[in-house]
Amino acid sequence: MKYIQEFRDQQLARQIAANIAAIADPQRHYHFMEFCGGHTHAIFRYGVQDLMPDNVRFVHGPGCPVCVLPMGRIDLMIRLLREHDVILCTYGDLLRVPASGRTSLMKVKAEGADVRMVYSTRDALNIARDNPAREVVFFAIGFETTTPPTAVAILQAQQLGLRNFSVFCNHVLTPSAISGLLDTPATEPKATDEPALRLDGFLGPSHVSSIIGTRPYEFVPQRYHKPVVIAGFEPLDVMQATLMLIAQLNEGRCEVENEYTRVVTRDGNRKAMALVDSVMERRDSFEWRGLGWIPDSALQIRDQFADFDAERRFASLADGDAPQSVDHKACACPSILRGVKKPIDCKLFGTACTPENPMGSCMVSSEGACAAYWSYGRFRDPMPRPMPNSAGQREVAAP
Amino acid sequence: MCLAIPAAVVTIDSAGDNATVAIGEVHKSISLALVENVSVGDYVLVHVGYALEKIDPQEAEKTLALFAELATVDLAEVTSAGETTP
Repeated sequence: MKYIQEFRDQQLARQIAANIAAIADPQRHYHFMEFCGGHTHAIFRYGVQDLMPDNVRFVHGPGCPVCVLPMGRIDLMIRLLREHDVILCTYGDLLRVPASGRTSLMKVKAEGADVRMVYSTRDALNIARDNPAREVVFFAIGFETTTPPTAVAILQAQQLGLRNFSVFCNHVLTPSAISGLLDTPATEPKATDEPALRLDGFLGPSHVSSIIGTRPYEFVPQRYHKPVVIAGFEPLDVMQATLMLIAQLNEGRCEVENEYTRVVTRDGNRKAMALVDSVMERRDSFEWRGLGWIPDSALQIRDQFADFDAERRFASLADGDAPQSVDHKACACPSILRGVKKPIDCKLFGTACTPENPMGSCMVSSEGACAAYWSYGRFRDPMPRPMPNSAGQREVAAP
Repeated sequence: MCLAIPAAVVTIDSAGDNATVAIGEVHKSISLALVENVSVGDYVLVHVGYALEKIDPQEAEKTLALFAELATVDLAEVTSAGETTP
């Protein structure tokens, strides 16, 4: 398919790999965080890590909305389903995420609750229109990419006069998460056995950036002295962006660059951002799994759309009433989301925790780092391993 | 969750609110609420039933050309200079 196949070309992948091997300084290490789960999967699916010299490493970031949603938010929805006769519409990824007390939305659905998987907010609106006597709640999660469709749905519900539709808003903000990640180790040391986060730069989000543009990342080089290269989700995009990061470090530059110019501009999609801004505003603070409470890191629905805000419509969802969420003690998801541990460092990985029977959110979501390690089986070949230093000789996994 | 698929716009409704797009041989109805100035034949990125952004064909060509250009760079020169940028 156009704009996909040509960005997965095997021959070009070898050539970019050779260029990376040529400019990567063997005397230094390059640790790059791919913020997005989509990048994590591209790296594992296409074997991009295997095409890198041993001193170029990818650190997996928290850009997986299902993974960073604290368990308490799912507990709230389960409580809502048990107390009210609502139809809960949700994107599929959330259904199997473990909630407190060994339950999940899937299990509550099996008990008889009306939980429906939707592909689009448009489906949720249709369900509300077709069921005027029932309350329909849309469980909205996602980063800036997924937020505009939620905003459009609220505006359309208002236009259509749908009085039975509301949104449980959990939309989160990427730049705030980057700050949270870089601030956390300095201000609030977590577990004592945790190694420090080693980070030399970021592969920036593809589709979040299609909405917000590259400008909102400019504080990262300025305040934290880490370069950012916005990268597309195809393997050649990831490799080219990695090359650009290495070049920046080698030359002593530290700036925001854009590899994904076919979609991302500096200013982003202003129409989409204006729609979001008309319906939503920043929350004072929001809890992230693994990163804790981060100020200004999420959105809530504005007062003039209060009728469509599930948190104001249902008393049991009100602030301060959230159940305490306690993650499984041995689950390393919080450390994995902060980039300080890898899935294979978790005692549960591949034993108690697999995609069929996930214990943590990073194994549930198809974008989670644990799911990537497990699905593509690359953990069976632990890294680093002795390999010839010429990356050009390595095999590219078939797309 | 942020994955989005490039799709070709096949038809646009008279109000300009919705479009039919082709993803390979699959046709799908999507909303154009988030984008402006989309025409039949354009490629858009589709995410949860919405077009997120148009794909710029010239920029795509430039990026591909950059890969190819890099492929012809004299690697020995890059290594010795250590300063050559892509």
